[in-house]
Amino acid sequence: MKKEFRQSILDALANPNLSGALGRFSDAYRVSRAKAYEGIDFEAVRTQIAGIKSSAASHFDELAEQFANAAEARGTRVFRTSDPREVNDYILRLARERGVKSIIKSKSMASEEIHLNQHLENAGIQVTESDLGEWIIQLAHQRPSHMVMPAVHMTKEDVAAVFSKNIEEGQQPDIPELVKFARGKLRPMFLNADMGITGANIAVAETGSIVIVTNEGNARLVTTLPRIHVAIVGLEKLIEHFQDIAPILTALPKSATGQLLTSYVSIISGPVPNTDGTPKELHIILMDNRRNEMAHDPRFKQALQCVRCASCLNVCPVFRLVGGHVFGKVYTGGIGTILTAWFDALKESDDIQSLCIQCGNCTEVCPGKIDIPDLILELRRRLAIEKGQPMVQKAIFSVVNNRRMFHAMLRAASIGQKPFARQGFIRHLPMFLGSMTEFRSLPAIADEPLRDSVKKIEQPKCREKAAFFAGCLVDFAYPEIGESVVEVLNKAGIEVIFPEGQTCCGAPARYSGAYEVAAQNAADNIRAMLAEDVDYVVSACPTCTVALKQDFLANLEAVGRSEELPAARQLADKVVDFSTLARQLVEQGRLHFKPGVEPMKFTYHDSCHLKRTLRAEQAPRELMQRAGHELVEMQESDMCCGMSGSYSLKLPELSAPILERKLANIEKTGTPLVLIDCPGCVMQIRGGLDKRSSEIKVEHSAQRLARSLQ
Amino acid sequence: MNVASEPFVMVESFKTRAEAVSAQVQRVATRELAFELILRLLREEDVDDKPGSQAVWADRSIGEAERQRLRRTVPGLTFDVTRELAAEAKVGISRMDWALANTGTLVQTADAVDTRLVSTLPLLHIAMVSTAALLPDIPALLGRVDPRQSAYLSFITGPSRTADIERVLTIGVHGPARLIIVMVDDLEVAA
Repeated sequence: MKKEFRQSILDALANPNLSGALGRFSDAYRVSRAKAYEGIDFEAVRTQIAGIKSSAASHFDELAEQFANAAEARGTRVFRTSDPREVNDYILRLARERGVKSIIKSKSMASEEIHLNQHLENAGIQVTESDLGEWIIQLAHQRPSHMVMPAVHMTKEDVAAVFSKNIEEGQQPDIPELVKFARGKLRPMFLNADMGITGANIAVAETGSIVIVTNEGNARLVTTLPRIHVAIVGLEKLIEHFQDIAPILTALPKSATGQLLTSYVSIISGPVPNTDGTPKELHIILMDNRRNEMAHDPRFKQALQCVRCASCLNVCPVFRLVGGHVFGKVYTGGIGTILTAWFDALKESDDIQSLCIQCGNCTEVCPGKIDIPDLILELRRRLAIEKGQPMVQKAIFSVVNNRRMFHAMLRAASIGQKPFARQGFIRHLPMFLGSMTEFRSLPAIADEPLRDSVKKIEQPKCREKAAFFAGCLVDFAYPEIGESVVEVLNKAGIEVIFPEGQTCCGAPARYSGAYEVAAQNAADNIRAMLAEDVDYVVSACPTCTVALKQDFLANLEAVGRSEELPAARQLADKVVDFSTLARQLVEQGRLHFKPGVEPMKFTYHDSCHLKRTLRAEQAPRELMQRAGHELVEMQESDMCCGMSGSYSLKLPELSAPILERKLANIEKTGTPLVLIDCPGCVMQIRGGLDKRSSEIKVEHSAQRLARSLQ
Repeated sequence: MNVASEPFVMVESFKTRAEAVSAQVQRVATRELAFELILRLLREEDVDDKPGSQAVWADRSIGEAERQRLRRTVPGLTFDVTRELAAEAKVGISRMDWALANTGTLVQTADAVDTRLVSTLPLLHIAMVSTAALLPDIPALLGRVDPRQSAYLSFITGPSRTADIERVLTIGVHGPARLIIVMVDDLEVAA
């Protein structure tokens, strides 16, 4: 990670305006988005959008051709190019030929992508952004910090200062007055401009129409007052049918700003008369800039389903802390990381991709149904191939995969961390141990790992058997969680075996882009877990469960080990997370709750993988309620705790404030107990509460359940 | 029949949704009453023939005789909309072609430039629309319009707005700060 990059994170965190504004917005956004989608089947709408846009991405060439024919038949001039420089040259040439001196623009990300303003200004043409946020940014010589809200990082005082310095002295920090001032100053710019430049939100191939969505009304003026209108349209805006506008227009405003519809939508299908009666000159530029290449990439094609609503930014626990400037480029946040890797260069995404904490919030809300975290992992994988795996990482994985040695090292390190820390070795460990983090206490490493202690448990001989997959944390730090699992399953008449050959689930390697290592982990675990015929393979770690159920297949596939896929599938079919299995056993009447349990209030923290990948978040809640305990939901129960494996070590400066917010939400419930299904979250949250000397207890659901059963 | 497309349900839904985005909605029985209402609004806004106080009205369905009558009632009202007049005017009046019940949206074929000038440049926009022109939603609208017939299809949902400074909602940036919708029961529906 580059030094300047880490510094930019620290700068952003130190800016209270930014984190304050973004934090408040993300709270309000959650509510307004949900309200806007009331009565609408979001899954159905986004499935439709994903289908429309994916199909368009399969036929960019045909659709561009069809669009150009339809638009040209109406008198529009269409220019198609793959080279962003040609877009700039085309517009400059046109401006010169038509004697254009001033240009008024409405918001266009495509024009920012190609740095059009600079190109035109260098040639002596005056370019004015008319979207209020964009205008403020332009005057302040800054970059937008958010795709939809470019100036969200500035206060009204900042804006007043920018206006006073650049336009007219004495502006006061009064928002309605500032808006009125902008209206007054920009109005003559609209009226006097010779050319208007816009982007487009949608381009319809069969009719040659473009759709422009705004709230301020500036795009209406830009497309009405100047005699020339140039629209810059990225190929990914193409859709085939006019009717297909509907689902996109339904989702875009709701996802972007929580509005049912923006104040203005214009569907332009050809030149219209100017105010002096002459026909408007309408130019539409269809810009490729690697979009076609992206469409031919089997993994990244889905990124073209993006409608640029920026909802992935709004729900991102990292973005709301640091804002867009840390991302450094035109497109920010999760989708921005992917677009930067393509429109700019893969290596440009090296630092920014590391910001992704892999919580999956963005995937839940994306109206284009893009699996953004998965694509970021794919970037990580390709970067790792390009750069080669660092030596220190190789050494770490060889240790992690040798379970005995790993435990011995962790144990030694937890007793006296210093020698290891000094060698800079522990710091790079892909798991939890890390350096002495300031924001949370570390767990003690058990002197006996679960793989040994489990042998001492006297289990009944049963017809049904479950193989337990421990994962690093349960095996080495929290064997008591594993012992609770054994206790519960025994009560239901299931014998638990602990396959000795099991190793790391491969998540740390996978999340570092080291797929060869992850695939080897998969292969070793598949062999170990399938060695004995069992009825279930159970894990008390949702990340491990996801690894066994899904990632093993993906890891093996990614490195071409397809002959091992049938065995991986066989394993996947047997894998179940602890709470889901326990609920099933309760429903089957095989587990019984103790009568007269003293009711206890508790709150529940949703682990990312349990909630958003396994979708099993109801099972632990129901179990505890049936046991007689009272659930008090915390705010944002499903927001990441900031752990995410080695993330909390690589970026402690981000992990810490994410945890802070989680702890505050827990404390607000006033409950004495937090239940969690993930040992990683247990470590993070318990460590954080311990640092605060809090009385609140943190337990894995299995532990509380074991004590609640007869 | 789908409940959401029942005329009464649509009127109520349209009104609720439009008012939720700060538009005012008034419903009248006849075109005559609509004109009376609009003239009253213009007088309340102190429209007269001084620069900056005029009203511009873009509606080709109003015949010359009627225009004269309306102009006589409110000096400063003009039907010959130019860009200069519209930029100066206090009030813009136009006739919209459709209304969408589930978003509170007005829709218009706006190829003629005056229809856009009057609904964008002045601070107050008064929009007439036929009650019978109510459609349930965007898909219903898109099934009815032909982009080959309308080169500029314009959707308006409430007045112009921004939240670009500190996320504080502020009405009236580049377009109107107020939108008054007059729903007219006996007005003819556009083709």
